[in-house]
Amino acid sequence: MPKKYHIESKAAPPRFYPVGKYATIEFREECAGSCKKCVKKQCVYNIFKDNYLHHSKMDEPEYLYTCNSCFRCVQECTKGIFSRVVNPEYREIGDDYWTPDVLNRTWYQAHTGSIPVSGAGYRGPFVGKGFDSMWTDMSEIVRPTRDGIHGREYINTCIELSRRPERLAFNEDGTLAIKTKPILEIPLPIIFQQPDFGVLSKAVLISMLNAAKTMNTKIMINVADIDEEVADFGGTLIPQIGKENVQNYKELIGQVDMVDIDYSDNFQDTIKTLKAINKDICISVMLPLSAKIDYAKTCVEISKADMDTIHVVADSSGREFDSDNPRFIKDMLRDIHTALIDASMRSQINIIASGGICMAEHVNKAIICGADGVTIDRSLLIAMECRLCDRCKDGLPCPVEFETIDAEYGSNRIVNLMVAWRNQMLEMLGAMGLREARRLRGEVGRSMWFEDLERENFAPIFGERKVSIDVG
Amino acid sequence: MSPQTTNQTKHKLPEIKEIRSRFRNTIGKYIIKRNTAKCIACGKCAEICPHGVHVMPENYLKPFRPIEHKCMGLSCKETEHYCIEHCPEDAITIKPNPLLDTLGDYRWTSEMLLGHFSMAETGQAPHQDIEYNLGNSGGGFDKMRFIEPDSSLVIDMADEDIDTSIELNKTGDERPKKTISMPCYGGGMSYGSTALSVIVGRARAAQKLNSLTCTGEGGYPPNFLPYKEHVITQVATGLFGVREETIQNCPIMEFKYAQGAKPGLGGHLLGEKVTEAVAKMRETVVGNSLFSPFPFHSVYSVEDHKKHVDWMKEINTSVLCSIKVSTPTDVDMVAVGAYYAGAHIIHIDGSYGGTGAAPDIAKKNIAMPIEYAIPKVHRFLEEEGARDKVTLIASGGIRNGLDVAKAIALGADGCVIGTADLVAVECVRCGNCESGRGCARGIATTDPELGNMIDEAYVEQRLINMYMAWRKQWCDLLRSYGLKSIKELRGRSDLLVHLDYLDEEERKQYQPAPSKKLVL
Repeated sequence: MPKKYHIESKAAPPRFYPVGKYATIEFREECAGSCKKCVKKQCVYNIFKDNYLHHSKMDEPEYLYTCNSCFRCVQECTKGIFSRVVNPEYREIGDDYWTPDVLNRTWYQAHTGSIPVSGAGYRGPFVGKGFDSMWTDMSEIVRPTRDGIHGREYINTCIELSRRPERLAFNEDGTLAIKTKPILEIPLPIIFQQPDFGVLSKAVLISMLNAAKTMNTKIMINVADIDEEVADFGGTLIPQIGKENVQNYKELIGQVDMVDIDYSDNFQDTIKTLKAINKDICISVMLPLSAKIDYAKTCVEISKADMDTIHVVADSSGREFDSDNPRFIKDMLRDIHTALIDASMRSQINIIASGGICMAEHVNKAIICGADGVTIDRSLLIAMECRLCDRCKDGLPCPVEFETIDAEYGSNRIVNLMVAWRNQMLEMLGAMGLREARRLRGEVGRSMWFEDLERENFAPIFGERKVSIDVG
Repeated sequence: MSPQTTNQTKHKLPEIKEIRSRFRNTIGKYIIKRNTAKCIACGKCAEICPHGVHVMPENYLKPFRPIEHKCMGLSCKETEHYCIEHCPEDAITIKPNPLLDTLGDYRWTSEMLLGHFSMAETGQAPHQDIEYNLGNSGGGFDKMRFIEPDSSLVIDMADEDIDTSIELNKTGDERPKKTISMPCYGGGMSYGSTALSVIVGRARAAQKLNSLTCTGEGGYPPNFLPYKEHVITQVATGLFGVREETIQNCPIMEFKYAQGAKPGLGGHLLGEKVTEAVAKMRETVVGNSLFSPFPFHSVYSVEDHKKHVDWMKEINTSVLCSIKVSTPTDVDMVAVGAYYAGAHIIHIDGSYGGTGAAPDIAKKNIAMPIEYAIPKVHRFLEEEGARDKVTLIASGGIRNGLDVAKAIALGADGCVIGTADLVAVECVRCGNCESGRGCARGIATTDPELGNMIDEAYVEQRLINMYMAWRKQWCDLLRSYGLKSIKELRGRSDLLVHLDYLDEEERKQYQPAPSKKLVL
């Protein structure tokens, strides 16, 4: 049996009480007192175990991370003194894209390493914007690619970061007639990215580095933040280097497999300099997806240089920069992917997408749209209990005291999150009957799109659509 | 209320009986408070309220706490029995219940849940001002409306004369005809995932309604035997509890290839739910998790599938065969393949359907919603010339009576209902069916204590009430279009509009889609 890529998760309970969705409210003045049927004592989930002696413990109404919303306390209290409201603090965390639900699920996964599972059906809107306007496909009967639930471990989520030759050539004796460079691959299509905000203490950074090393993936990190201790992570690092300081980091460049450089007019000069220092180094070229440029065309131009991976970057919500009506990364990726195919360059280079990846499903969906893999940054912080409250940006204290985090604990939480994400990717890949993440790249035939489904199935019935489809 | 008999089906429809909530405090859209310091217990409120919100039995010194869920709300202001107006001491106040913000979701809104609690209690459409026909999902059924009927078409026909039955064997083969009196039947819920009293209660209701329920993949408890003519045996990939006699017992057998809520993933019953009784039924070991793999390891082609169907047909020479699949891109091809392999019923299960447990990523993302799949399959079967030889059943996101009607107008013959059955017995969709001891409300659990919170008679009557309330809706709808049978509604998508496909002016004629932003 081939060796399986398997990382163990280990429960890492939160250090701080997470912001729960619901608040229970008791109108205690109407409480019967020593009621033998007190619903707090009878809670199936025992969530009141610390305070059902409510008369002696006059706490504030508790915000229940653990409330399972069964409503039994509300409906069974003999005096009807229980009610619930949505915790106002819960409404405030995150933003429109990084919703409270995303944060809550990320915390759960970082805590348990398990994928979110629940009973009852889907609860959300019929369709949404961005990634929420597409569904993935599944195979019904003919499934030669999988062997049931236990075959899932053999689905390969590995991707390459190094360039592939346009074609292979062989000598008469069957040996390779062309020179190929070493293959650089990572076992899951997720690269970490140093976040651009937050209390990025040394321990926080080391948490991320340790987790990346454990997962056998890599982390993009500003070269200026790489000191001796960080440099020890060697092959785990992808230093992000500006063209002006390449010469300052010769030693580091000699030790790492890959660097990330900015796209600029003379990026090819930077590549030459890097190759002169380390001839086998993989180079990714980072291109912000701005409305001011034709990024598909620019990517084709970049792909013709001696580089390996194009690193396209959208904002944290997956949106285009410099636009009043910004496009979403899924549409931008499709354009870039298609342009590279048209230029016959797609199979040689790789695309890594940054921005807007906040759930496991986004990884697979970004790959369907044409990426090889993605980077994540905010999710690393959220795994360590960040609430995206932005207090740190204003110089205020962090509510979950990032500065005191233990690196081992932090990395445990991130590893748990990645284990849960990978398992979810496997669920989707398995349902699609695919055994390799690489086979998913650009495989739009394995997806269904809102606009297509409406056109194919509703237009013959309802005619012309009058409300424009806004799923970008 | 007297029992009804339909002319077409000659089936005696069951009696509606009011059956109250299992819980002491019901949930209403409004909170009604009676200030005890002000109240002089004159009993005026109880005297005038026709809905039973205020109750003060004779010889009682004070009225009972208001029964809030029965209150018709602020619209009562327009009536002559508005308690606030009549209270001589101004002791009564009414305000929206903030609890509703914490109940329900985009698909099953709090009002849809309350509406179904009410229908299951009374057997009537709710009199309260609640929206129970439309969810808040912003698409699919929630954006479809039936067109304004032409008043000249309206027919004067009593409910009992309107035919709501559907045929399940249209193939013309030698097997028996099977007619059920409702255009929907109960989806599979296994012994193990759901309390025994719930699944047996469903079977009892199915018998009274002349409908069907389904075993799910959990074996065939002997408690089903008195109702066996109304119980479908499901054959799924784990083959739990599938024996010759369970195939011989049933009028219809269902091959479950996939489930809409988790297409391509198979099933997983957690060890905690595998009690001694469940293990015995499934012929497994107590406490061990049970996996139903995906796919059928013996089916990799339509020919393999046909072999399965033939095998079942040999075991029970009068059984009808239903094929349950989910909704991938090629669901139309799958449906036609299933038909040619000998299916009597093609059951397509859309991606927003219910489940006892599924990864959230699967529920949201894999396969297409049923609203797209129905017309796709209906059209393809028509093009193949097979549409009138097979029964098309839709499920997965069919929540209420009007959803059933919309699904039929889109092209299905009927629907399979799961979640609504559970909501009728007061499921609040908290989603904890799978965790720990299972459902805290005693529905989806085999826990010895929780599993006994419900009795079969309660389940039976609540379901009868809900389906009879739905039936009234269908009868009203059919009458308004001059249709005498729900079969005539099939494929009448010309009676539907979709709000997004209408001009702004036209759109104003229809009830707007609810669009409240929820905190998920």
